Amino acid sequence: MRADTGTEDLLRRLAPQVLGALVRRYGHFDACEDAVQEALLAASVQWPHQGRPDDPRAWLITVAARRLTDQLRSDEARRRREDTTAARAPDRALVAAAAEEGHPGEQDDTLRLLFMCCHPALSPPSQLALTLRAVGGLTTAEIARAFLVPEPTMAQRISRAKQRIRAEGASFDLPEGEHADRLDVVLHALYLMFNEGYVASSGPDLQRHDLTVEAIRLTRAVRDLLPGDGEVAGLLALMLLTDARRAARSGPDGGLVPLTDQDRSRWDREAIDEGVALISHTLASTARLGPYQLQAAIAAVHDEAPTAEATDWPQIVALYELLERVSANPMARLNHAVAVAMVTGPQAGLDLLATLDDDSRIAGHHRLAAVRAHLHEMTGDRAAALAGYRDAARGTTSAPEQRYLLARAARMAGERSEDPDTP
Amino acid sequence: MKYMLLIYGNEALFESIPEETLAEVIRDTDALHAELRASGEFVGAWGVADQAQAKTVRLEDGAPAVTDGPYLEAKEYLGSFDIVDCDSLERALEIAARVPFARIGPVEVRPLMSESAPEV
Repeated sequence: MRADTGTEDLLRRLAPQVLGALVRRYGHFDACEDAVQEALLAASVQWPHQGRPDDPRAWLITVAARRLTDQLRSDEARRRREDTTAARAPDRALVAAAAEEGHPGEQDDTLRLLFMCCHPALSPPSQLALTLRAVGGLTTAEIARAFLVPEPTMAQRISRAKQRIRAEGASFDLPEGEHADRLDVVLHALYLMFNEGYVASSGPDLQRHDLTVEAIRLTRAVRDLLPGDGEVAGLLALMLLTDARRAARSGPDGGLVPLTDQDRSRWDREAIDEGVALISHTLASTARLGPYQLQAAIAAVHDEAPTAEATDWPQIVALYELLERVSANPMARLNHAVAVAMVTGPQAGLDLLATLDDDSRIAGHHRLAAVRAHLHEMTGDRAAALAGYRDAARGTTSAPEQRYLLARAARMAGERSEDPDTP
Repeated sequence: MKYMLLIYGNEALFESIPEETLAEVIRDTDALHAELRASGEFVGAWGVADQAQAKTVRLEDGAPAVTDGPYLEAKEYLGSFDIVDCDSLERALEIAARVPFARIGPVEVRPLMSESAPEV
């Protein structure tokens, strides 16, 4: 239980620095991670009463290191008792220690921790959980609440993830050649974290909203570490430009409001300005044009339109063409088809969708049915739209999306029965 | 992704299980739950009391009317259910096949709806 938000923010910010310093000094990522959590807990209990130490970071490192050495010593004693041979020296430790008491390495350490938590041997849900704890400084209870599972379940998941990393023999220093690949995994994990929390803005969903906040905070941290990377900047811009619409994205009943119907006065101007500035600057200087940058650019075009009618659809079509060239992805083609429909007409959009019918990645996917229904609605074919919306509603496991699709279907059914031309 | 594993049966089926088999199923069910806790996939497991205890509530002119018995007068009824949170449908099906009751009757697997956004 963390007492005040000031302390909580500070602890979350310091968590990866403290963990990084420990892992660098002692190795043993999993044991260090436990020790840091204990130190964070101790701080959250003691600081509000006894006051914050002059150097909170040093305090945490000292306490965590003490816990860790106690732990390693008792493990060592147990190993000796069990009469195993491998007498492991408890210290790569002492070698590296004193010299780097300063902070220059800590930034890189945070990045290394992210690379470790997003180890490809872990499933994405495990990557998210471990990242939130080791890099985000969240407690297991907080993470369990965000993912709606019991705390012991989440504790086990995190512990298994750490065991897995140890079994993989993951080293704190990533070989140079693997940097780019691993960064892609990290960005994908952050993207999933953002998406997981991107729901209605009130009530019981608030705790899940923490996931979006954390995702943005962590992506900002990565951006600070790699200011020259276009995709990192692109992802941060995409998150800012998407999150800017949060308040307008769901109606009073929690239902999804599509982009065209949103009350744009409720969009977060500050986030839009920051996102637009970031993506504009990035596109002008990037060496690596990638999917996050292009998706951010598309989001920026939407966010800059004062009304839905004023949207610069030709520019969006051009950006989707680029996106498909950079990374052919059937999900991108769905949105591409909508944009084409807005520029050339719904039939052109439907024609583009037809190219996906043989694509096994998406052929039976409910999103294809939903977009097709939307385009049928634009052509005035309400029967086809109704069938498509109902199909799509049956296929989704997202409750907000299902409510939206069913409402859409109900509207089609209503309009159909009022339409005298319909037999 | 969360999945619900539902165990259905009927009077005749439940009553036909020999005592030692029942004991074994209960023991193995506890073991499976412990294993799912350890793997970080366990959300919960509940047995549903006999349908003799079921009540059904209907609103009649806005006032609740309660009747004895289940809503569906079916021969098969829900006996118990587990909820797991795992990485894929394949994994959920694998767990379902390991539910000890699967040796006796079918286990139905249903994805649970989430409040997450469909996608950004």
